[in-house]
Amino acid sequence: MSDAATMERLETADGTPLKVALTRALRRKRIRAVLLVMPLFAFLFITFLYPIGLMLFRSVDDPLVSENMPKTVAALRDWKAAELPGEEAFAALAADLEDARKSGNMGRLATRLNYETGGLRSTITRTARRAGKLEAPYKPQILEISEDWGKLETWATIKRLGDRFTAVQYVAALDRKYDAQANIVQLPEDQRIYVTLFMRTMWMSIVVTVSCLLLGFPIAYMLASLPLKHSNLLMILVLLPFWTSLLVRTTSWIVLLQTQGVLNDIMVFLHLIDDKGRVQLIFNATGTVIAMTQILLPFMVLPLYSVMKTISPSYMRAAQSLGAHRFLAYGRVYLPQTLPGIGAGCLLVFILAIGYYITPALVGGQDGQMISNMIAFHMQKSLNWGLAAALGGILLAGVIVLYWVYNKIVGVERLKLG
Amino acid sequence: MTFKKNFKTLAAVGALLAGTMAFGSTQAADSLTVVSWGGAYTKSQVEAYHKPFSKKTGIEIKSENYNGGLAEIKAQVEAKNVTWDIVDLELSDVVRGCDEGLLEKIDLTKLPAGADGKAAKDDFLPGTLHDCAVATIVWSTVYAYDKTKFKGAKPTTIADFFDLKKFPGKRGLRKNPKVNLEFALMADGVAPGDVYKQLATKAGQDRAFKVLDKIKGSTVWWEAGAQPPQLLADGEVLMTTAYNGRIFNAAAAEGKPFEIVWDGQVWDLDLWGIPKGAKNKKAAMDFLLFSTATEQLAAQASWISYGPARSSSIPKIGSYATKPELKMGPHMPTAPANFKKALQNSPSFWADYQDELNQKFNSWLAK
Repeated sequence: MSDAATMERLETADGTPLKVALTRALRRKRIRAVLLVMPLFAFLFITFLYPIGLMLFRSVDDPLVSENMPKTVAALRDWKAAELPGEEAFAALAADLEDARKSGNMGRLATRLNYETGGLRSTITRTARRAGKLEAPYKPQILEISEDWGKLETWATIKRLGDRFTAVQYVAALDRKYDAQANIVQLPEDQRIYVTLFMRTMWMSIVVTVSCLLLGFPIAYMLASLPLKHSNLLMILVLLPFWTSLLVRTTSWIVLLQTQGVLNDIMVFLHLIDDKGRVQLIFNATGTVIAMTQILLPFMVLPLYSVMKTISPSYMRAAQSLGAHRFLAYGRVYLPQTLPGIGAGCLLVFILAIGYYITPALVGGQDGQMISNMIAFHMQKSLNWGLAAALGGILLAGVIVLYWVYNKIVGVERLKLG
Repeated sequence: MTFKKNFKTLAAVGALLAGTMAFGSTQAADSLTVVSWGGAYTKSQVEAYHKPFSKKTGIEIKSENYNGGLAEIKAQVEAKNVTWDIVDLELSDVVRGCDEGLLEKIDLTKLPAGADGKAAKDDFLPGTLHDCAVATIVWSTVYAYDKTKFKGAKPTTIADFFDLKKFPGKRGLRKNPKVNLEFALMADGVAPGDVYKQLATKAGQDRAFKVLDKIKGSTVWWEAGAQPPQLLADGEVLMTTAYNGRIFNAAAAEGKPFEIVWDGQVWDLDLWGIPKGAKNKKAAMDFLLFSTATEQLAAQASWISYGPARSSSIPKIGSYATKPELKMGPHMPTAPANFKKALQNSPSFWADYQDELNQKFNSWLAK
């Protein structure tokens, strides 16, 4: 209280009260800080937040049908999917498809509908090419062109995609679809894939994280407790692979683990297995876990090391001098102090693992594929970007939930990355 | 090659999403970016097309590789920053790309007449000209084996490939339903003419997957065309499906003891297409006209065993570029002895069913 009162009375050389001058100086500093951060923020916004937002938007934004088939969509507004729509809807369909063909949007429209039901693509293109020549009554003629127009499901698909914003892609990303009556039903067994892959991605990431922890903890402990001279040398052994290209390390694992590879050759040479019984260690889930564990190991070792380095050895000595057995002292005194490092390492490795793409693509074979490979597939091959966005959105939501759980249990403020 | 391509895709997609043109390079008009499949195939194009074209026009050609599909083209067209000028495409991608407005229309009347004076539209083999693309080669997916690995009987039919009892050992297959399902049905006794009729039905699809089930546990999956010869050479697989030209080159150029089984081959076309809004559209068109002339197509066939798309080129096919004693004719997919049981890949079928069958295939793989 008295300090503040003193400050009130103090003035700088030019007569401004000290308090005002101080606030001004602080504000200037703050503005400078904000300006310095601006380029980073702009960079993050342009390369990170904006594209992610745009991508997520694509997962719910589906304008093709509503824009290119407005008449049909309008004609179907009150249609209840109990029986085929009437002549009016068929006439609207013919008009819409004729317009789409003229405007050059027919192909994109056909592709979009084909994502929902295989075969609709040629139905649309065939109908569109003839639509201009049709005359009333349209219904019998269009039904003639393709039997797809006689199915309730085709019309239900158009009606559903008539809403520009839909959850269709999220439904598809969970191995489900809408039936003609707009109920969400599971896909037939031989078409389900994403839920299995999400589960597998989670499971493999957990295995990788646990293996990294089991392998990384002793290494970090050794690094932290050895004299600096030796630990620096060992540190280089941890960092050297870290600095080596991911691709080089992944392909090296192929060389080592393939059935005609180094490891199998050694085992055959030592008569552990015979030449016919070579073990398949790569191009499957095992290979993916091995390669990913090695690649992600530094992300576990480094946070652990940085935490362990700050734990004073005198705590352990104190515990032991007070009569605790070495193991007890380790478990009750040392281990709890490494928790922030364990948490940070596990979180880092796990989050990197569930989005891992290149390694499973190269060594995953058929059962080592992860959800990211499916996202890449829809980005690059099937061009179904909406579905890719929905799968990515679910993955992102998973990571955020995980982060939230971590925050609840360990607390993000205790996170220590190095 | 896959990774390189993936990064490129990411960059292209990144450019699109960020709404920025920062990733695209601005090119001088005197260079042309030609995109193809890499390896021995790109080399054959460089020797037969790129080098003579650069010599004639002074236009420098940048050669890039990709693994097929329309993703990069779509990303570039949507971002309105098209850096690829001309792309070597599969027929099914041409059909789809043309429908979706990703490719420029091509004025087919500009194509030069054949060396024998026949008009271009009669000179090109049936089905090799498209509104958006012009074919250069006929290529084929076959299966091949390393003959040193067989002591007694060697595989001769497509059914042998799926017969683990007769020929126990690993198989290599492309990680894609395309061609694999056709092979499976033909191995199960379906005549080539009925394959796509069958595949359009659920029963036919189930039948094909049932055949694939027989070898699923012994399959190594490949993605890039350069992989299968490598898998054979490493002894990773006993037999593998492959593009016929890649196997031929490994055998001819590197002396590998590989043998091709032509029975049940699935043939396809590769075509030049120009992405919509390509920066050097005129030069790309000149390149297209130049490279699809009789002489150039025939010259390419001396570097790789893919058949030229013009009939006037066929009599001009000589011998392998570095081995004058090796005649190329008998190694072409279209040579009569190889063409006995052959199926043309149906672009219209795959345009319709690829989404559904990809889903089924991926689901089947993940099980």
